[in-house]
Amino acid sequence: MKTKKMSSNTLLLIITICLFFVMYGAGCVMYSAKGFTHLQTFLNILINNAGLLCVACGMTCVMLTGGIDISVGSLIALDCMFLAVGMERWGMSGPLLCVLVLVIGIVFGLVQGFCVGYLQIQPFIVTMAGMFFGRGMTAIISTDQVPISNEWFVGLANKKIQIPFGAYTNNKGVLQVPYIRISVVVALLVLIIIFLMLRYTKFGRSLYAVGGNEQSAIMMGLNVPMTKLKAYVLSSFLCSIGGICFCLNTMSGNVQQATGLEMDAIASAVIGGTLLTGGVGNVIGSFFGVLINGTISTLVKTNGKLLSSWSNIAVAALLCFFIVLQSVFAKIKERK
Amino acid sequence: MSKLKKITGMNLFLPVFCMILVMLVNVIFDIANGNFAFNFFTISLRNGMLYGRLIDILNRGSEIAILAIGMTLVVSASAGTDISVGSVMSLAASFCCMLLAGYGVASTSELAMPLIIGVLGGILMGCVCGAFNGFLVAYLNVQPMVATLILFSAARAIGLLLCNNLIVYVRNDSFGFFGGFLGPIPTPIVIAALCILVMSLLLRYTALGLYVQSVGINKKASRIAGINSAKIIFLCYIVCGLCAGIAGIVASSRITSADSNNIGLNFELDAILAVALGGNSLGGGKFRLAGSIIGAYTIQAITTTLYALGVSTEQAPVYKAIVVILIVTIQAPPFKAFVKRLSAKRELTKGGAAA
Repeated sequence: MKTKKMSSNTLLLIITICLFFVMYGAGCVMYSAKGFTHLQTFLNILINNAGLLCVACGMTCVMLTGGIDISVGSLIALDCMFLAVGMERWGMSGPLLCVLVLVIGIVFGLVQGFCVGYLQIQPFIVTMAGMFFGRGMTAIISTDQVPISNEWFVGLANKKIQIPFGAYTNNKGVLQVPYIRISVVVALLVLIIIFLMLRYTKFGRSLYAVGGNEQSAIMMGLNVPMTKLKAYVLSSFLCSIGGICFCLNTMSGNVQQATGLEMDAIASAVIGGTLLTGGVGNVIGSFFGVLINGTISTLVKTNGKLLSSWSNIAVAALLCFFIVLQSVFAKIKERK
Repeated sequence: MSKLKKITGMNLFLPVFCMILVMLVNVIFDIANGNFAFNFFTISLRNGMLYGRLIDILNRGSEIAILAIGMTLVVSASAGTDISVGSVMSLAASFCCMLLAGYGVASTSELAMPLIIGVLGGILMGCVCGAFNGFLVAYLNVQPMVATLILFSAARAIGLLLCNNLIVYVRNDSFGFFGGFLGPIPTPIVIAALCILVMSLLLRYTALGLYVQSVGINKKASRIAGINSAKIIFLCYIVCGLCAGIAGIVASSRITSADSNNIGLNFELDAILAVALGGNSLGGGKFRLAGSIIGAYTIQAITTTLYALGVSTEQAPVYKAIVVILIVTIQAPPFKAFVKRLSAKRELTKGGAAA
């Protein structure tokens, strides 16, 4: 029997997956009276975090090249505000606005990617400027809370896709069929496409090559600036898809929307085993990172007594833990 | 041509140039509005206190100037920026107000503790945050901005927790002193001046500045030369945290409350912008403190001018973000090479025409 030696990266991923099951299991034991054990609770985590999942996929691609994108939160706020104001005040049609939002994402990514790839400015500075730019643009569009009442969009948001198993009768005697929303389907599709892309396409492999060692990527003849540019465009594009999913949940546009989402996305990717230095990572890991993120906030919400800032702190602590773990592994590798 | 080059090549050209530009915009704006042309520069004495737009800029710019001191050191030593300063400011303010008012009290006019304990506690909190960042960056080799990202989001949440999700008001004159007036001069100006004085004396009479620059230019070489690189970086982050703590106390004293969600909002951008505007490279290495300080007041002048032009607080970041991108683009090596090639081509064609 052949035994493959486990690398530290697979170990990180395994720790993450175990952590998720332990956390979810603990939730089931502690809050079984509040319905934590039902399938719908798990599906709700997916529904609530569909947008985050899209963003985390894009973030993983950028982090594979050794960069980072912290503009995602404010880009989502910009998208939501654009959708809301577009439908309610400018009277534009829903599908057209969705396409426009995607175009905004691509343009946003092009500018950021150009600055990072071709001008060689630190990604953090560029995307931080992008973060403030996005938030400010949102305020320029409108500073009010704009709820969406567009028929097409409301229909889209309320559409339930029922799942044929896991039904149960609640304490009022009504049969509850578990369901997911459109946004979950979109997010899972994005996840699968990005997973296949990273594994089997030339672009996917070159992302790993650029992040692993930029110098050797140049020597191999890869167009490094172009690869980076594409990574940022991809991230902003996926972020815009995430923005639409996010808007389907919140159904409004608000300047303060999705603050700190960049932190959640980065935390998800890091928890899922993506190295901050680039070159190592996987969207499957990020998927579990998002699930852990969602479980934490669901646990805090189910408890009911804890302040909502606890979930922020818990995610930050987890991120800190995994960063330290990564750097310890890196040090051990260096010593070898 | 060569004279122009000499002026543009001077150390503090960029920040001073921007400052003059902002002042010009103000003068033009005043003339256009039919006001006295030099309204911007007039300083008057009302009720024994100094008033005027310049004083206002100096006053409001104090926090940014204090933050810029720490940020300059961090950028120079570790080639990365500390994006947690704004959140650390709010955490320091929350901790200070919590100590002064007692846990869970929303509004008080009686201090639960001597003022000095609250203020020192807040500043100490800043130092602890700085030490946490510094430990991650210096000893665990985490990228500076990722390490500070943790506190960027967590510090505000911890601040809310300390204040039990409330805005804590400390309606006490002694606490309001730090954001009030010291004789005719606003206290924040004095505090900022003191911080700048202490830091420049430190840089002048100790080798700290030299060490920081050498670590920033080449970490490994400095270690081989006998400098404890990790310790220097660690120290820089503590100083940055300390500055954030002081700035937090000043900001909270201005409004005599701890508003965790709003104190220090977007200040990280201002502080980084001040450092970049001061002509310091964000890639680390050599730094000029004076440039950062002038940069900080220039930023505040820009902000005040934007408000005067009718731009709201939430919209202002757009313009600042554009300025940041422009400045870092000018500093970027590929852009410099491009400009050099362009000017060389021009020289060539000129030479060809002469021949």
